[in-house]
Amino acid sequence: MGPLWLLALIAGLSFFGFILGHWKSVVLSGKGRSTLAARPGYYGAYVLIWTAMPALLILVALSIARPLLAEHTVRANLPQQVLDNPTQLSLEISGVEQVAAGLKTATPEELENIRIGVVTARSVFAGHGLPLGEDVRPYQLIAASALNLVSDGLDTAVDIAVVAALAFGLIFAFMRVKPRLRARNLVENTVLALLIAASSVAVLTTIGIVLSLLFQALQFFSMVSPINFYFGTVWDPRFAAAGSTESGQFGFLPLFWGTIYISFFAMLVAVPIGLFSAVYMAEYATSKVRSIAKPLIEVLAGIPTIVYGFFALTTVGPLIRDYVAVPLGLGTSGNNVITAGLVMGIMIIPYVSSLSDDIITAVPRSLRDGSLALGATRSETMRQVIMPAALPGVVGAVLLAMSRAIGETMIVVLAAGVAARASLNPFAEMTTITVKIVNQLTGDLEFTSPQTLVAFALGITLFVITLGLNVLALTIVRKYREQYE
Amino acid sequence: MSAVQTATPFETVRTPDPASRPIKIHAAAVKVTYGQKEALHGVSIDIAEKAVTAFIGPSGCGKSTFLRCINRMNDTIAGARVEGTITLDDRNIYDPDLDVVELRARVGMVFQKPNPFPKSIFDNVAYGPRIHGLARSKADLEEIVVTSLQRASLFNEVKDRLNEPGTGLSGGQQQRLCIARAIAVSPEVILMDEPCSALDPIATAKVEELIDELRANFTIVIVTHSMQQAARVSQRTAFFHLGHLIEEGPTDHVFTNPLEQRTQDYITGRFG
Amino acid sequence: MTEAASRLPVSRLGGPDARTVAKIDLGLSRRYAAERRFRAYGLAAVTIAICFLLVLFGSIVSKGYTAFQQTRVTMMVDFEPSIIAPDGDRSPKAIMSGNAFRFDDLIAASLQKTLEIDPNDEDGLYDALDLLSKGSTPMLRSMIANDPSLIGTKRTVDFYATGDVDAFVKGTIRADVPESQRLIKDKHIVLIDKLKTEGALHLAFNTGLFTNGASTRPETAGVGVALVGSLYMMLVVLVLSLPLGVAGSIYLEEFAPKNRWTDVIEVNINNLAAVPSIVYGLLGLAVFINFAHLPRSASLVGGLVLTLTTLPTIIITTRAALKAVPPSIREAGLGVGASKMQTVFHHVLPLAMPGVLTGTIIGLAHALGETAPLLMIGMKAFIVEYPATPFDPATALPTQIYMWATEPERAFTERTSAAIIVLLAFLLAMNSIAIILRRAFERRW
Repeated sequence: MGPLWLLALIAGLSFFGFILGHWKSVVLSGKGRSTLAARPGYYGAYVLIWTAMPALLILVALSIARPLLAEHTVRANLPQQVLDNPTQLSLEISGVEQVAAGLKTATPEELENIRIGVVTARSVFAGHGLPLGEDVRPYQLIAASALNLVSDGLDTAVDIAVVAALAFGLIFAFMRVKPRLRARNLVENTVLALLIAASSVAVLTTIGIVLSLLFQALQFFSMVSPINFYFGTVWDPRFAAAGSTESGQFGFLPLFWGTIYISFFAMLVAVPIGLFSAVYMAEYATSKVRSIAKPLIEVLAGIPTIVYGFFALTTVGPLIRDYVAVPLGLGTSGNNVITAGLVMGIMIIPYVSSLSDDIITAVPRSLRDGSLALGATRSETMRQVIMPAALPGVVGAVLLAMSRAIGETMIVVLAAGVAARASLNPFAEMTTITVKIVNQLTGDLEFTSPQTLVAFALGITLFVITLGLNVLALTIVRKYREQYE
Repeated sequence: MSAVQTATPFETVRTPDPASRPIKIHAAAVKVTYGQKEALHGVSIDIAEKAVTAFIGPSGCGKSTFLRCINRMNDTIAGARVEGTITLDDRNIYDPDLDVVELRARVGMVFQKPNPFPKSIFDNVAYGPRIHGLARSKADLEEIVVTSLQRASLFNEVKDRLNEPGTGLSGGQQQRLCIARAIAVSPEVILMDEPCSALDPIATAKVEELIDELRANFTIVIVTHSMQQAARVSQRTAFFHLGHLIEEGPTDHVFTNPLEQRTQDYITGRFG
Repeated sequence: MTEAASRLPVSRLGGPDARTVAKIDLGLSRRYAAERRFRAYGLAAVTIAICFLLVLFGSIVSKGYTAFQQTRVTMMVDFEPSIIAPDGDRSPKAIMSGNAFRFDDLIAASLQKTLEIDPNDEDGLYDALDLLSKGSTPMLRSMIANDPSLIGTKRTVDFYATGDVDAFVKGTIRADVPESQRLIKDKHIVLIDKLKTEGALHLAFNTGLFTNGASTRPETAGVGVALVGSLYMMLVVLVLSLPLGVAGSIYLEEFAPKNRWTDVIEVNINNLAAVPSIVYGLLGLAVFINFAHLPRSASLVGGLVLTLTTLPTIIITTRAALKAVPPSIREAGLGVGASKMQTVFHHVLPLAMPGVLTGTIIGLAHALGETAPLLMIGMKAFIVEYPATPFDPATALPTQIYMWATEPERAFTERTSAAIIVLLAFLLAMNSIAIILRRAFERRW
């Protein structure tokens, strides 16, 4: 049975269990339900939980264990010289998996022909619509057959285990349904456990991000030294053919410079506009103007970044190229730092303005009144009392916006360009960390080559940079809020 | 001496000032509405120069609202509308030609809760003189700050830490800092909106003492919840009730011998 | 009243006696000028921000609105049996196999008739064929395969014109440009004009934009597959992130003890909401595809990744909605002897539900526009067929936009803008629903 069928079976039996539990509790209590320790629905839910939970846990555990066992089987059946070459290993393993998939399509007659060598496995598989890149080597055939054997066995084992768990849980819980059973507490404890599990998904996500990126990044650093990566000034990864040992140069600095330079221009646009909008909204705008303008500005944050990217590519880029860069003789490309920075800045305006607006309005009214009562004008009050008081919060808002800019992808992919260079000319094409992550992971992926793995090293670096900015910003904002609460 | 009487709600019982001080502020038929709600129903009062006038009355009687009219702080509340006239030295402060910044430089205000700016003690006091350009030099500014702190009886407590944040002071010190900040602009009138309600008794005593000293140079209007405080610091007292000014006269007179029934009920604690 | 104005200043700090009241110079004109400037800066900032928005919308709508109409060529086609089924086999299989040129011949014959081209004028015929989309042949072929009863009849058929002809008809390729710089040559213009006078060439609503899959030819490319892929993903996101987000928030807001661990979760969730989305893409690539071997380019994987990106937003808004329910409701529930769990599920959650739904819809809207993580898991493939299940390869609306955005052809720019308009329309609809929900159920405590 496939996993979907198993899930359907679990759902069906659980529902059946619910009805059974409900029915038994009603029958046991006779007419007067007062003898029951909980309402009948809880007895139903009790049986349902006992039926579904063990089976689901087994299904999930075996589904996770399955690929691990499969890989172990393949490794155990590969010759030593293949195992000794770690860079090739995952390539070999996926090769074996392909062969195994091919073997499943072949008829017994064809299998026999392959075994005695009348036809090549490659030609048979191709006939079934499974073209292979190269001829099948004998050890691959052995490993693939073993893999198929093990995975068939695993399938059966999963089926049996799940069905057994279902039956056991259903019967066990049904037997235990008695009027004295405090079904509600048991059900509620299970629900609480589920709630806790759901709340830990967020933590698991973070752990998942860190572990998965780190694991692949460490593989990369085993091929390219971190010093060469982080202090290298040349980015030239040379997309070599899969499996080739030639590796290019992976200098991080030009990408970092491009990222920072573009973010700088974005902040140059977003911070003044966002801040002054926030000030205007908080201090001067009538409630009518505010109720129209504020949502309009926030629309800017709801527009997908791909739309900004397209806007930069087709409208802003050509404009800047034709009317600024070319006349000034500074560049001839529509992809440049200014375009990406300007458009990214537009996108970030609402991040700066709405958070700053919140922060400015959080400054106690008494400070404002105190200043106005001394005869200060509104702008003097804003500049000399409210802004200094709001400064930490505003800095937090700006840092959060900065982190957005650094991690933004689609605008720079479409508008910044792909040339990794560290230049001061803002009309030059430059590239960013995120652009290179996208570039390196486009096309056929080979998880053993540094050309691919470098994306994960870039990813974890990006994660650490933005994490640092976010934590700093969130701490500042939180402290600030507490100060006025 | 005279019998207690009940006047019509719209008429204020007035007892003239025996000291016959000059009049600093003259208000006539001041009405304040917030949106649809009328909070003050026509208040007329003369406020004497260089004396402390106390506004007393139960919560929501309009005394703070009226106080805020005197330096037009109600302008900062959306939907507030003020009618009638208030003159300061014969000049109508609601005259459209009158500049509100100039008015507030002349009529300072101290609030219920101490609200020092999140700046140093020095900068708090220097804030007003700086924005108004009152000091010609740095030395001049320092002199203003020091004199103001001295006059607010705070200087000796803070002279070693003028560069520390004003928010680090105790509540009473903060309130005196706010008073110093107000007098640094050399106003003529200082409005105080329940200045001691957030302070402990010792700090309150200090502030009251200070108010008494300041009376020599400033016209002071104080809103207070505490009748004892009004009796201690003020020369004249005005009793507000439900948006009306009920009675107004010399403090000892109002407290010992109120002419109006509601005044008597309030000061004897029958409501409030 | 005092004669304040006549007094002489004695000391700067002597109180009101000390200075002339009316004549102090507070630098008012200078200060009010600064006030006006400051206010103008603020107004300018708001105006600039709104102008950016308008320019953005304006540029996209002006580029894209034309794509909702498309140039068609309507011609009478003679479904000649001897050409379509020379061996007499009219089964769909026979039609779909064999020489494709026989359908070209049908089209050529129709063109010759409609444009009155001399049968011996091969160049003229090829020029005319240039006008029609190269997708016409397969279209005609599958049309016949779907309905073999057409064979032997005469019918009018709508053919797509090429993207260039379409652009010319809509005026984006202009006739006053020198011929050498024009994609539509003079000879084509003659033919187009002739088709127009015959009434064969017309603009029609572009249904293909919404129903077709990927295509290298702009005139037959559509966002159909992308729409289905996005729909699948939204379903996955909704099914996973709503229960997970609500359950997690309920625990954190109602049950969790206040300790270091919940502090860590709190910081962690706020931080996850600000992690660049591309990092989630890397996570999805490493975990779902590389480790769990789920199929690449499948909308299921896209949905899983987007669930993770949306979850923090949903948790944050749900917690805010739960927090807004006053504690008195909880006390009332507990007071009548309900368990804490019952109180939360019977009273608190229903009251918070409008807020939760609003937050979820806004989270979904964000997920719908998310592009970068989908590129990481390969949802930018060239997919012609509709995905039957979420396990099949698909594209999504934003990745389709990305792929088209990098195509150089004019007609693709037009389509990209149109796809963006479609995407923005969906987002607008979702946000409007969220606003309406909030208005309808808003409760003030």
